[in-house]
Amino acid sequence: MQLVMAKRLIINKLQKRILIVLLVLCFLTPAGVLLPALFDTGDAWGEWSAQTMNEMVGYVPRGLAKYSDKWKAPVPDYTINSKDHSLVHRSGYYVVSGVLGATVTYVALLLISGFIIKNE
Amino acid sequence: MHIPDGYLSPQTYIPLFGAFAATAAVAVKKVKEKVSARNIPYLGMAGAFSFIIMMFNLPVPGGTTGHAVGGAVIAILLGPWAATIAVAVALVIQAFIFGDGGITALGANCFNMAVFMPFTAYFIFRLFRVTPQNKSRASFAGFVSGYFSLVMTAILTAAEFGIQPLIASSPDGRALYCPYDLSVAVPAMALEHLLVFGIVEGLITMIVVNYFLKNEPELIYAISNGKATDNK
Repeated sequence: MQLVMAKRLIINKLQKRILIVLLVLCFLTPAGVLLPALFDTGDAWGEWSAQTMNEMVGYVPRGLAKYSDKWKAPVPDYTINSKDHSLVHRSGYYVVSGVLGATVTYVALLLISGFIIKNE
Repeated sequence: MHIPDGYLSPQTYIPLFGAFAATAAVAVKKVKEKVSARNIPYLGMAGAFSFIIMMFNLPVPGGTTGHAVGGAVIAILLGPWAATIAVAVALVIQAFIFGDGGITALGANCFNMAVFMPFTAYFIFRLFRVTPQNKSRASFAGFVSGYFSLVMTAILTAAEFGIQPLIASSPDGRALYCPYDLSVAVPAMALEHLLVFGIVEGLITMIVVNYFLKNEPELIYAISNGKATDNK
């Protein structure tokens, strides 16, 4: 059984290449911080904080006030310190978040699909 | 396109959660039937790919940002059912660990980006009847599929935002959830995806489909329709 599981995890050359590309992409993610900063853009449409919403429409919708901060994510907005506005630091946090998130997603999917898929 | 908590009313997010859960249950069954164990690493990589692609925020005129999803190419390569699972796992991790997308809105976000988008992309790509020999047609089909599936997903998301003022307002006329109605949400989201993010999704889809057509054409589910994996 363990041997079968182990065999499933052996990856071929193409897959190795894809993993390398994914890792390279992780190190390019700071573009996702730097480009919006360069053009001084705000949040994505519909993803404003309660505070920003207050500035935009003059009040905070009751549902938004009630639910917006219910869930405290461990790494909110892919950053460890949201008060740190240094672009260099934010880029660093972003790379770490990218590697962390992609790895957790990868491992979770290996486990889930390993559990679902039985046909060799 | 990650709807945060507090933007959708329960009348919206509960049915969408149900629709996603029902689709996910079928997806588990379909993946069990159709996907070979050899493709397990690809499923993991697909989810990781989607996770990373969504971090590339791009600015658009008008002061907002957005990103591609990667859902189209995953649906073409691994099939829409596998794409549902791969993208949904990425979205769950984004919501719980990184606070990107709400917990109450998780069903809606999964329905939009992990169900609607991959299936739309897959059906568009299949319309072109691509064969492994015809690389330029595959490129074109990949671009169109990525472009339109993302734009249509953005419009669906905007519609979910835009119906909120109709569903839930307090007696003084103030919105309880998203305050912008359809006439604001739909043009805003459609336009930025038509002009920028859709093109990015289209190009990513085209490039990755091309790469696999060159290196492992039998893997492409939308061309082999899973036959290669069925026969092992």
